[in-house]
Amino acid sequence: MKYILKKISTLIVTLLIVSALVFFAFSFIPGNPAITKLGTQATPEAIENLMHEMGLDRPVVTRYFEWIGGILHGDFGISYSYNQSVTSLLKEKIVITMLLSVMAIILTVLISFPLGIYAARKSDSKLDVIITSVNQFIMSVPSFFSGIIITLIFGVALKVFSPGGFVSYKQSFIRCIGYLFFPSISIALPKIAMVVKLLRDTALKEADKDYVRTAYSRGNRTRAVFYKHVLKNACIPVITFLGMAFADIIAGSLIVEQVFSVPGLGRILLTSISGRDYPVVEAIILLLSVFVVVSNLIVDLLYKKFDPRIHV
Amino acid sequence: MKDKNKRVKFIIGCVLTGLVFIMMLSGIFYTPFDPMEMDPSTKLMGPTLSHIFGCDNFGRDIFSRVMVGVRETMLVAGSVVIIGTLVGTIVGTITGYYGGWLDEIIMRLNDAVLAFPSVLLALLIIGLLGGGRNPLILALGIAFVPSFARIVRGEVLRIRNLDFIQCVKLYGASDLRIIFVHILPNLKTVLLSSVLIGFNNAVLAEAGMSYLGMGVQPPNPSLGRMLSEAQAYIFSNPLNAIFPGIVIVMMILGFSLMAGGLEK
Repeated sequence: MKYILKKISTLIVTLLIVSALVFFAFSFIPGNPAITKLGTQATPEAIENLMHEMGLDRPVVTRYFEWIGGILHGDFGISYSYNQSVTSLLKEKIVITMLLSVMAIILTVLISFPLGIYAARKSDSKLDVIITSVNQFIMSVPSFFSGIIITLIFGVALKVFSPGGFVSYKQSFIRCIGYLFFPSISIALPKIAMVVKLLRDTALKEADKDYVRTAYSRGNRTRAVFYKHVLKNACIPVITFLGMAFADIIAGSLIVEQVFSVPGLGRILLTSISGRDYPVVEAIILLLSVFVVVSNLIVDLLYKKFDPRIHV
Repeated sequence: MKDKNKRVKFIIGCVLTGLVFIMMLSGIFYTPFDPMEMDPSTKLMGPTLSHIFGCDNFGRDIFSRVMVGVRETMLVAGSVVIIGTLVGTIVGTITGYYGGWLDEIIMRLNDAVLAFPSVLLALLIIGLLGGGRNPLILALGIAFVPSFARIVRGEVLRIRNLDFIQCVKLYGASDLRIIFVHILPNLKTVLLSSVLIGFNNAVLAEAGMSYLGMGVQPPNPSLGRMLSEAQAYIFSNPLNAIFPGIVIVMMILGFSLMAGGLEK
């Protein structure tokens, strides 16, 4: 319990630091959002009025605390270019990006564990050699390129799905999941390859240790030794990796969303960056860091469960 | 058996990387066509004998553009790795050698940045600086520092406590002498493999960022941007996207095979 409390307090401090860095960084870059919005032809009074309306005439520190206060009430401010609240703008998109990332991580776990276990148990067999070589190749294919290939094979040639025909979860949850399956596969592919390699290598390394010999000498069968002893210990580095991979998967989904034209956070982040719509950019970066930090927390907790020796 | 496997890996890696390098280097002196020249008559043409990779939506020769685009990717990835290695080595050596509160603070910050996906960090920095090649190099460079700093720090920490350093200290060697003469040369092996892996990640990140339109600006060719441009014509001309993609895969696979072959 104390462990969890300590972790949660560091989490809050980290998020405060990130939010301050993001907010102040965007406050200090040159360029006045009011002028951007009104155009260079605007009269000074109009600019002043708009700045007052947007709250830009007040000190940065006050604005930061107001911003944080607003976020705690679920209010991320008003978008410069869409003239609506950032919260309503992002609500649906967050769910889509999260669905995509969670599907990718589920696929990673579901596919990589059986393959990794198989490769470790049958190491030096023909199939293991094939798995290892294919792995090496898959790790080198960037997810946006595998996304294009998946679109070509399943979208253009086999017509299993129609590229660009995304259906929001609000209309039909099942069709939405069906569409997101293909982008999530292309996000998951390199991660699957990495987990298989990691699981296989650590399991083989564990299998050489003394406690494994002891387990055999007590009369356990190979199967029992593998699942009860080796696999359990081999899982620890894999969990660490999956925790880091989740952050990567979220970032990766920003790119893959573009490949499959999924209207998630990725596209609006890109248009907001080029359109200098800072409230939206700040909100997205902060939200994504919340996901990253929380996923790290979950990993830490899981970690402790798998390896009770770990202390704070 | 193991050693032979590694040698085979290394050789295949060298061949792939060599092919990409030949393409890149010859692209400096000679390209079959002008990579910028638009020709309406060859618009979206498939591969032919003269245009072996076909032509894009402006009728530009894709093979020529790939030759030049590889150079851009290498340039960005190379600069990013140089920034990451240099700054990372400086930070890692200082924090690892001296320790104390400075080490504590910098490493906390380092871990926070490390937990953040590099693409996201680079997007944030580009949001601040604006897009283009140089901001991209800076953005990715900053994003790559923490991982190098962490590796170097760990290694410096290990070497610092070895007997021979204690021995040199007894002879009265200064800190600077110990760092430059005794510690830094010992980082070679660790740095070599992390530079190779880092280069790969940099190639991936560059391609990803230019795919998103945040890297090299048009009309200059870049592999990532060529992929995203070709994607609009994926129904009629699927091969346009395949060739630049395969070159990216060749680069990354080549380097990771080489790194795998060097591993102990």
